[in-house]
Amino acid sequence: MASIDIQSIRKSFGTFPVLHGVDLTIRDGEFIVLVGPSGCGKSTLLRMIAGLEEVTSGEIRIDGKRVNDLPPKDRDIAMVFQSYALYPHMSVADNMSYSLRLRRSTKEKIASAVGGAAAKLGLEPLLERRPRALSGGQRQRVAMGRAIVRQPKAFLFDEPLSNLDARLREQMRAEIKKLHGDLRATSIYVTHDQIEAMTLADRIVAMHGGIVQQLGSPLELYDRPANLFVAGFIGSPGMNFFEGRYLVSGDHADLRLSNGTMLPIRKREGLESGSAATLGIRPEHVVLADNGALEAGVDLIEPTGFGIIMHVTIHGIPMKIFSQDRRMLKPGPAIRVDLPQDRLHLFDSEGKRVD
Amino acid sequence: MRSRPVLTILHRLAILAYIVFALFPLFWLLKVSVTPNDLLYSEGVRMWPSRTTFDHYAFVIAHSAFPTFFKNSLIVAGSTAITVTVLASLAGYALSRFQFRAKYWIVALMLVTQMFPLVMLVAPIFKMLSPLGLTNSLTGLVIVYTAFNVPFATFLMQSFFDGIPKDLEEAAMIDGATQFVAFRQIILPLTLPGIAATLGFVFTAAWSELLFALMLISGNDASTFPVGLLTFVSKFSVDFGQMMAAGVLALIPACLFFLLIQRYLVQGLTAGAVKG
Ligand SMILES: Nc1ncnc2c1ncn2[C@@H]1O[C@H](COP(=O)(O)OP(=O)(O)OP(=O)(O)O)[C@@H](O)[C@H]1O
Ligand SMILES: [Mg+2]
Repeated sequence: MASIDIQSIRKSFGTFPVLHGVDLTIRDGEFIVLVGPSGCGKSTLLRMIAGLEEVTSGEIRIDGKRVNDLPPKDRDIAMVFQSYALYPHMSVADNMSYSLRLRRSTKEKIASAVGGAAAKLGLEPLLERRPRALSGGQRQRVAMGRAIVRQPKAFLFDEPLSNLDARLREQMRAEIKKLHGDLRATSIYVTHDQIEAMTLADRIVAMHGGIVQQLGSPLELYDRPANLFVAGFIGSPGMNFFEGRYLVSGDHADLRLSNGTMLPIRKREGLESGSAATLGIRPEHVVLADNGALEAGVDLIEPTGFGIIMHVTIHGIPMKIFSQDRRMLKPGPAIRVDLPQDRLHLFDSEGKRVD
Repeated sequence: MRSRPVLTILHRLAILAYIVFALFPLFWLLKVSVTPNDLLYSEGVRMWPSRTTFDHYAFVIAHSAFPTFFKNSLIVAGSTAITVTVLASLAGYALSRFQFRAKYWIVALMLVTQMFPLVMLVAPIFKMLSPLGLTNSLTGLVIVYTAFNVPFATFLMQSFFDGIPKDLEEAAMIDGATQFVAFRQIILPLTLPGIAATLGFVFTAAWSELLFALMLISGNDASTFPVGLLTFVSKFSVDFGQMMAAGVLALIPACLFFLLIQRYLVQGLTAGAVKG
């Protein structure tokens, strides 16, 4: 197990810049999840840590040792690929033991390591099979098994579950969490999936356009998103936004929408009265109240079973509300809502959070 | 398909017609090789002679220089096939996986070599080989055949490597292999169908090459079998029976070879590598 230190890493493919200076310190045993929209450079960062991609500038240290110029085999890192990348001409057991055989481990050591990993992942009945005779979920397990047989310094996962169906994904997610609990291995995990990010991470790294937007625990990102990008990216359904002007009057403040409506908000330090700002509120934080301050026209109802996603329009602005109130399945043409002040997020004209 | 028997039958008939068309010359070869000399011209055009004989075969094997030709051809075609396949595998892998500066120009040059009619090159090649003592030698033939077959074989191998996901060797490198070990232990076994195809292709090309064999070789000792076949053409007549018998015998190694490799040709070895 090891810590990983990434210092102002940059990456360009030719002249095309992909990563613009990423800093990240990962503690020993920590589970880090990288999230961000497609093409933001998550895989590229992961592959640079693995040694599959050259570092344009900056430094990567594993356990304090600079690894920029080390080939992958000398970094002692395991990786689970999205495609699994199992060796098709080898049995499951041979797939799992390949790394140990390359290191010339003894037969007994290999057998016990493979046996142990197979037992952890329920692969014992499959050890003699070829990958082509496995289901997607089983292949995924083999890929995990291949990573855990040798105890590497760190695990890298590049969207390891995205090829599985929803049910299996849930199950594997829990298993990965359990596995991490057992092994306490430093892990970096790339995903598109909100729930995977929230449930697995010790800390989440939200990336956008090759820049780290926010680094923090899942709840920090959920409760106090650092900017508009993180606010919109974390959470499902996504946060609602209202654009307007921040106006201070005395000891309270309002956001004036373009149609003149005033939404009362808490007064913030560090934001000039009259400046442009964006207000955000999560769908699950909108309160339905018969005597609510705002009227919302109902456009569409999406029951999910667990709750109801309502698409409404407030002052000409479309937004979403999440409610568990079954009466809202048939809400009538309009409802009244409140936007509780302590649930509101305010962002300045550059998209940065203002508290 | 199953619910349209008419279509199926048409489909099969089309394939059958194609096969008959393709194999008919071979059948004719076989037929003439077993036709006794006295019946060859006297019976007219028949699908099968009224009497058959293996005399031609016996004569070719026992009394002609054919066994020497055969051995020479085996050496030349075998060496060429192996040399070309080794070179083409390495070069094809490099073209498929590495980015390097002159790649574009190397590929372009290799394509250019494929555009010349070979006849144009006979004279210069003879000029180059004769001071080196490589005319009239099997080694010279192997070198020339290798040079001519490497570009195409490289493109062939490259396309096979392109079909193998890059993830596989990356996984191997993370597992602790160098790139070369990953190539040898992971990629190469998966390219067996490609290697088999390349071997087969180059072997048959070298086996039946006539132009250079004719130009560079004089005398029976170093003749390959296509040149040897011409010895059955004398000034006054062509001994068709013996020539065809020799031809049939010459087909045997090629057939054996394809029997050996056909398992790899039809097998999709990469199935199950990545999510599918
Ligand atoms: N080998 C390459 N050559 C040129 N550009 C590349 C190469 N690999 C990646 N890129 C570019 O780098 C950017 C980041 O790619 P990367 O694969 O890291 O994205 P990602 O965040 O993993 O996306 P996804 O979530 O879709 O997997 C993309 O714009 C991509 O086009
Ligand atoms: Mg990716």
